[in-house]
Amino acid sequence: MKNEEEKQIILDIIREHSEGPSSLVQVLTLIQEEHGYLPMNVQQLVAQEMKIPFSRVFEVTSFYSRFTTEQKGKYEISVCLGTACYVKGAQGILDEIKRRLNIEENQTTEDGLFSLVASRCIGACALAPAMIINKNVFGLLTKQKLTEVLAMYTESNAEV
Amino acid sequence: MIDIYINNEKLSVSEGKTVLEVCREIGVSIPTFCYDERLKVEGSCRICVVEAEGSGKLLPSCATQVSPNMKILTHSPKVMRMRKRLLETMLSNHDVTCLQCEKAGQCQLQDYAYEYDVDIEKYQGRKGSQDFVASNKFFYLSRNKCILCGKCARICTQLQGNSVWAMSNRGFETEINTPFGMDMEEAGCVSCGNCVSNCPVGALMPKFTGEKFRTWDVEKTQTTCPYCGVGCQFYLLTKNGKVVGIEPMKEAVNHGLLCVKGRFAFHFINNKDRLRTPLIRKEGRLTEATWDEAYARIEEKISAIKQTYGPDSIGVLSSARVSTEENYLAQKLARAVIGTNNIDHCARLCHATSVSALSQVFGSGAMTNTFEEMKHADVIFIIGSNTTEAHPVIGTFVKIAKENGAKLIIADPREIPLREYADVYIPHDSGSDIALINGMLNHIITNKLYDQAFVEERTEGFDELVGVLDAYTPAKAAAIAGVEPDLIIQAAELYAKGPRSSIIYGMGIAQHANGVDGVCTLANLAMICGMIGKESTGINPLRGQNNVQGACDMGCLPDNYPGYQPVALGANREKFGKAWGVTLPDTTGLTATQMMEAGLKAMYIVGENPVISDPDAAHVQKVLQSLDFLVVQDIFLTETAAYADVVLPAASYAEKDGTFINSERRIQLIRPAIAPIGDAKPDYQILLEVMSRLGYENNLHTPEEIMQEITSVTPQYAGVTYPKIRRSNGIFWPIKAEEENGTRVLHSQSFSRGKGLILPVRYSPPAEETDSEYPIILTTGRVLYHYHTMTMTGKTQGLMEIAPEGYIEIHPENAARLNLSDGEEIRVVSRRGAIRAKAKLTDRIKEGIVFIPFHFKDTHVNVITNTAYDPTAKEPELKVCAVRLEKV
Repeated sequence: MKNEEEKQIILDIIREHSEGPSSLVQVLTLIQEEHGYLPMNVQQLVAQEMKIPFSRVFEVTSFYSRFTTEQKGKYEISVCLGTACYVKGAQGILDEIKRRLNIEENQTTEDGLFSLVASRCIGACALAPAMIINKNVFGLLTKQKLTEVLAMYTESNAEV
Repeated sequence: MIDIYINNEKLSVSEGKTVLEVCREIGVSIPTFCYDERLKVEGSCRICVVEAEGSGKLLPSCATQVSPNMKILTHSPKVMRMRKRLLETMLSNHDVTCLQCEKAGQCQLQDYAYEYDVDIEKYQGRKGSQDFVASNKFFYLSRNKCILCGKCARICTQLQGNSVWAMSNRGFETEINTPFGMDMEEAGCVSCGNCVSNCPVGALMPKFTGEKFRTWDVEKTQTTCPYCGVGCQFYLLTKNGKVVGIEPMKEAVNHGLLCVKGRFAFHFINNKDRLRTPLIRKEGRLTEATWDEAYARIEEKISAIKQTYGPDSIGVLSSARVSTEENYLAQKLARAVIGTNNIDHCARLCHATSVSALSQVFGSGAMTNTFEEMKHADVIFIIGSNTTEAHPVIGTFVKIAKENGAKLIIADPREIPLREYADVYIPHDSGSDIALINGMLNHIITNKLYDQAFVEERTEGFDELVGVLDAYTPAKAAAIAGVEPDLIIQAAELYAKGPRSSIIYGMGIAQHANGVDGVCTLANLAMICGMIGKESTGINPLRGQNNVQGACDMGCLPDNYPGYQPVALGANREKFGKAWGVTLPDTTGLTATQMMEAGLKAMYIVGENPVISDPDAAHVQKVLQSLDFLVVQDIFLTETAAYADVVLPAASYAEKDGTFINSERRIQLIRPAIAPIGDAKPDYQILLEVMSRLGYENNLHTPEEIMQEITSVTPQYAGVTYPKIRRSNGIFWPIKAEEENGTRVLHSQSFSRGKGLILPVRYSPPAEETDSEYPIILTTGRVLYHYHTMTMTGKTQGLMEIAPEGYIEIHPENAARLNLSDGEEIRVVSRRGAIRAKAKLTDRIKEGIVFIPFHFKDTHVNVITNTAYDPTAKEPELKVCAVRLEKV
């Protein structure tokens, strides 16, 4: 949260969707969708506005792997490491992405284009090994297919 | 009642209880880690599992309620196996260093590992992080010993109300942390150490402060905290005549909670600067002397001055810090031995106005209700009390009440920490309290929100009040107080609605030149709304010192004998004269403030430090210097003792017997944990010996004997005995001879004076108003980390690191006008003097008002405060004076 404008957007989300402590996860999800990540000052703002202790907000964001406190790349690659994908070689896919983008898990490329996370089962077992980039699922991955998908994002640098 | 079977034994128990509670009642021992009877049940550690006979299911006993014909096995083979496995799992990533762990001997994990014959090395897991979290000044967290029971986090949230700790991440990565690993203080930690006191293992431990000890090396002595008026109970841990630690007590007023001062600030007791021998001034210098020499000097000088100038040329200041029994002796020394009513103590600077006002309107000048009741109030109205800093444990009770659903109204010119919990926050101007309350009264009466039946049956003076209130419509009151009228209306409606509304106030009401009026108007509010004489209501002046209640009760007041029996009444004079076997003086004496004006020849000061604590310090110093003879009896050579002719070394509270009376009239014991330091003696012994030297024999030897004499002359104390106090950890006055525990709620049937007196009061501005020369209002107060003139807290390193020096809080707007930046040293000038202080810019204080804590010598604020005092109570207006700020 870098300026008043961003703050206002977050405040609007909180005010519209906050219905007491039980709506915390929903509010955080919506803020992350809008803002991209949940840094300390955003979590403090949520705590203050929703009258929930800061430590509780932090507990929740640190518990769910889908919440992040780091700024994400424009495209977030989420490689499924669920059982089916793992058996079908997902670890190799993950390692290959790390090598090509030159980043580790939970990091973002210098140009801000890609970030990488490993996720639990995404429910696309029939397509194993699979990954999600933003909201798009790519299945039956091979190194060849990986090249194509990454190239598509890098070259067009556009939403798919 | 329902029948259940525990280990095949049939029991009849009440519904709603948990299996664990029932087992504890019948003495069946069940291990627990995450359970604490003060917390909501979590049921996460599973060590308390028991077996349901028949189904064979394992149930967490802490979270399982009893049901009819339930059959429970608490130590079946299956249960034992499960507990053992749980312990082995916990130990798989535990750093087992019991040989050197400070917790050894008091560690539940260690005890259960022994009890359940665990195989320590059965599972070998990844050990937790070796990193310490050590940003707190008083304790540290070793994660490699943490068993993740989460008790610390729940205590911090549910009991302390601060929520500093988070249980972050999940699975193997789970750890106790502050949010984002930030510094503890930044995360809102107030260093109360309540998490540390309840950690079942050695994960949260006090930092080393100079004395190593094993838990089995120490002796434990139950006693009463020597700081504020809450009167928390704790155990002093001692080893070889030294106090090495403190443990809170659960079955007491504080429910096992303490604040940073009570929990960690004990280092003054064995401090190297303690007075160890009497000192006598010889050739201008204080020189070591024997007790006999000191007493001889006192005998010679006091007798001569009394002979030459008369007894009224001598003044005695007693102390809210020493025991009730010692206060009784101090006033007896003044009245029966010296022969003067010139006896007073520092309540003159705090709640003299409360005592005076509440005695007048109710007939009794003390808190009407108890602390415990506050947790169950529906509305709490706090005005002029920075509760979480000045009375921290009561601050936590307020937060618990809030958690229980209470509404909170705060009125204070500073945004005190409790403001975050407030439903209505009123930032009124310093000294405008009466206008504000009158505004509330006006709205309540105009809209008929008051308790008509209560007003008619229990009070008098209502009609006169109505007449006065016309001038205080919410709009008019708001204009005087500098707030929005709507805030006054909201507060009035909330308070009047109740159904149980409690008023808490402190120095912000009392320390004013119209302090008595301020208290009266609060009493009016409570009376017309019928919020008095019932549980969880009332008027509750929070008293600042451990035994200021006792000192007042004992008549260390120039106009009252013990038990608030007026000196002016001939019958009282006769009664006490007869009891003490002397003829008593018939004129009321001088107050502490008047003593500084009266040209006294000699003073005897017990445990007070007026040089720092009284207004217009330069004048106080001049007065003390000009005395022919000054005796000071204290545990340290204070700024005041430096002026003495004879200094007598007193024993601290940890070295003697006696009672302290807390703010809610609860009489509690102090007990000696160590022998007096050096040649120091308990104050009661010194006073008895001085009286004997001056020719008066008491035939009293112990505090218990002194208390027996007190009860014979003090009606409120008629039923006080030491065995009763021991039995229930404190009893409440008034208490009749045949009663066991005394009275918790005052005025429940009728007021002590009969009908409650509604005394209409009008707003009057502070004695000193701002003008072009002195345009800013200065107010003073306490901080959490220090106590009064710092003679005690200044000896604890951690406190000095957190709060090393004084400062002045300034609103950024005021600072901008002077082009001041944060941390810059400035001059603060009043009509009486000037001091320097570092500016602390904060928007938590109202524009036009500045605040300086009164503890610090380097920003000695009482050099500039106003001596103007309340006409009735003679209490100075420490809360308001006019100043100007100058850039240096």
